[in-house]
Amino acid sequence: MATYQLNVNGQHREVNVDPSTPLLWVLREELKMTGTKYGCGISACGACTVHLAGIATRSCVVPVSLLGDRPIITIEAIGQDPVGRAVQDAWVDKDVVQCGYCQSGQIMSAVALLKATPKPTDTNIEESMGGNLCRCATYVRIREAINSASQQLK
Amino acid sequence: MQASFKTDNDLNLNRRGFLRVSTAAAGGLLISLYLDLPAFAHVGTQAPPPKVYPPNAFVHVRADGKIVIQVNRLEFGQGVQTSLPMILADEMDADWSQVVAELAPAADVYKDPIFGIQMVGGSGSIAHSFQQYRELGAKTRAMLIAAAADRWHVTSDQCRTENSVVYGPGNRSSRYAELANDAARKPVPDKVRLKNPSEFRLIGKKVRRLDSRAKCDGSQKFGLDLDLPGMKVAVVAHPPVFGGRVKSIIDNDARSIEGVRDVFEIPLVKGSGVAVVADKFWTAKQARDRLKIDWDLSGIEHADSSQLWTRYKELARTTGNVALARGDNKAMESIAATNRIVAEYEFPYLAHTPMEPLNTTIRFDGDAAEAWVPSQFQTMDQMAIAQVLGLKPQQVTFHTEFAGGGFGRRAVIDSHVQREAAVIAKRFRGTPVKLIWTREDDVRGGYYRPMHAHRVEIGIGPDGLPAAWRHVIVGQSLVAGTPFAAMMIKNGVDGTVVEGVEDTSYNIPSFHVSAHHPTVNVPVLWWRSVGNTHTAFVMETLIDELATRAKIDPIAYRRKLLKSDAKKLRGALDLMEEKSAAWRNNLPKGHAVGISCHECFGTGVACAVDVSIENKRPKIHRVTIAVDCGLAVNPLTIESQFQGGVAFGVTQLMAKGAITFKDGRVEQRNFDGYTPPYIVDAPVTVDVHIVPSTEAPSGCGEPPVPVISPAVVNALAKLRGKRYRSLPLVNI
Repeated sequence: MATYQLNVNGQHREVNVDPSTPLLWVLREELKMTGTKYGCGISACGACTVHLAGIATRSCVVPVSLLGDRPIITIEAIGQDPVGRAVQDAWVDKDVVQCGYCQSGQIMSAVALLKATPKPTDTNIEESMGGNLCRCATYVRIREAINSASQQLK
Repeated sequence: MQASFKTDNDLNLNRRGFLRVSTAAAGGLLISLYLDLPAFAHVGTQAPPPKVYPPNAFVHVRADGKIVIQVNRLEFGQGVQTSLPMILADEMDADWSQVVAELAPAADVYKDPIFGIQMVGGSGSIAHSFQQYRELGAKTRAMLIAAAADRWHVTSDQCRTENSVVYGPGNRSSRYAELANDAARKPVPDKVRLKNPSEFRLIGKKVRRLDSRAKCDGSQKFGLDLDLPGMKVAVVAHPPVFGGRVKSIIDNDARSIEGVRDVFEIPLVKGSGVAVVADKFWTAKQARDRLKIDWDLSGIEHADSSQLWTRYKELARTTGNVALARGDNKAMESIAATNRIVAEYEFPYLAHTPMEPLNTTIRFDGDAAEAWVPSQFQTMDQMAIAQVLGLKPQQVTFHTEFAGGGFGRRAVIDSHVQREAAVIAKRFRGTPVKLIWTREDDVRGGYYRPMHAHRVEIGIGPDGLPAAWRHVIVGQSLVAGTPFAAMMIKNGVDGTVVEGVEDTSYNIPSFHVSAHHPTVNVPVLWWRSVGNTHTAFVMETLIDELATRAKIDPIAYRRKLLKSDAKKLRGALDLMEEKSAAWRNNLPKGHAVGISCHECFGTGVACAVDVSIENKRPKIHRVTIAVDCGLAVNPLTIESQFQGGVAFGVTQLMAKGAITFKDGRVEQRNFDGYTPPYIVDAPVTVDVHIVPSTEAPSGCGEPPVPVISPAVVNALAKLRGKRYRSLPLVNI
């Protein structure tokens, strides 16, 4: 066990865990922030996506010992960001979710996309969202919601 | 039909029977609506008032005006948490903005009115509970009016309702919340007038989901997110071959990890495994990785996919148990060999892999227990937990947790996950234990859509239509050896294996269908749309092939061949043809159109796809769907179910869309080896068109799935000039 000082959603948090513990399980079990989801554990589904220093990152494969002081933003706080809020609103407006389990990760990937590329093409969307699995396969509406959020933000 | 679940041998369930049953059958349930349910105390506020309004298990009008509606089945994406309350609220004239939906716990009153157990399956949520929820809403409204009429000394027919308010003569009005306590003392009317469709305010409208916001800001709790004081987390090491047993365990390394509470052998439904219980998941998983287990794998079949194919193909060349023999059995022999087609098909095992890994949390308190389960099968799971703990089912308080997908995987007859969790919880009396199946456990854990071989011989008549058709299907039964077998296996044929062929809507004069059900040491399960996953593929690719051979337009050919009473499919075909005409007649170079149609679960679906080949894979640019599902309760949900459902169906076309076996071991491990469709694999756009109807609603969860893969493959056949009869599509 070791103690780590983390910067999560703008707040300083201290955790005492095994150094190998992935950020995902630190968020879910130590900090009780369960909006970030476990889907595969091998960065193959994107359900665990958070922003690490602004970059969409699969938290299931990042050990807590490698985080350092890089700021972490999760689904619980992304709505405080104007792009994040616009994406969430578009998701609700387009009635994207079905079971909803993957949507935290989808939204985190979409926000990262729109911050880097405010007017994404279909190819941009396929590339940035390409690693986020949705078994309900809500992909058609995800595309619509990203384009809608992009419109709202212009 | 007042069905009740009694014992394993007295399971009143008729899966195939319900498919076409009228919603009026829901009637008898109301008799038991007003049972006093102890589990219902939580619906009231703090100390429950003497009478919670109304005195039933489905609606509670709170003093603050909120209307809490219980949903009698799991929400796992299909949208019932919105659609069922819509139905009740419409008949009740409730203010929709004040409606709160809750997932009901396990209780007799929440059993499916047709199936007789509490469950989601067979695309039955709306089909079975439409009438039930309408009557509940109308009766609640009648009781509120009666209370208002008493208060104002007028008659009920002088009152009307709108948006949670009763209006009476002389500008009188009263909010539902003010009338709730008085209304609760009114007798429950036996009969109530239901609205005419023209009076609907919610039914038939595009209503957004109630759970959207919580699923977009991370606040929605799923079963896996449960956190209880003092809770422990368990994982289980399962044998590498189904039914294997633990011979010995070396667990020193595992136990040396801080936070590990126990390591012990547990019985499984077949064989045994090793449970690791720890304070946290990561600790438990690390400990499991360090176990050294010697397994006894003797005396059990080691399944092997290539050997199974050989066996299945041989079986397919012989007639199986007869599901249907119609017309002249000798018709084939009078057709010249040049006018016959023989086609052999292969379908692999498929995993469901819902996004939320399987889990169950249980606390055992000696004479009672509490369980939190994202379950499609509450009645079965509650019984299994009770059995393991030595309790009666009603001693197990069973909470239905939101589930991250399911597609059939959370409707398991033997409740194997819940049994594992109960065995573990029993050892930790008083402590809640959450069992988590990792993704690897899920991919390798069995309960797959079975592999199938089909062999079809068709004799073509002078008009180009099939005159004789002999069809043999080989695949494991989903229900053999279970309490469901008595109802679902007839003449040695499991109806779920031949559905979609045996009950085809095509008119084939000489038609013979038979099935073999080999026993294989691989647990199998229904996978969204069940038998139709493979039967529709076979039927719709062969019909397409016949149309091509006859040089007839594939839509016209289908219309010609459909039975005269296939009203829903005809309507869907017509609408699809109309809505897709513009793009079908204007395809870019390198694109082809594929057609299919299929009726299942009482819903007729027609589909046209625009496909090209990119990076050696099918690229699905566009899908036009037309559907006849009776009255469309929430067209927005139906659109979503079809958009998602067709993309879900692409799973079986994926290059890595197969579970395979070698020496009894599953060769895939996670989404790297078993890869469902990502955004790039799914259709870019899906436009959904609903045939207007006032008939009883039928289901929309499963009917989207069967049509997509044959339509795509029919387009590929045009682009590549060859037919595809083996899934997954490894090479095109």
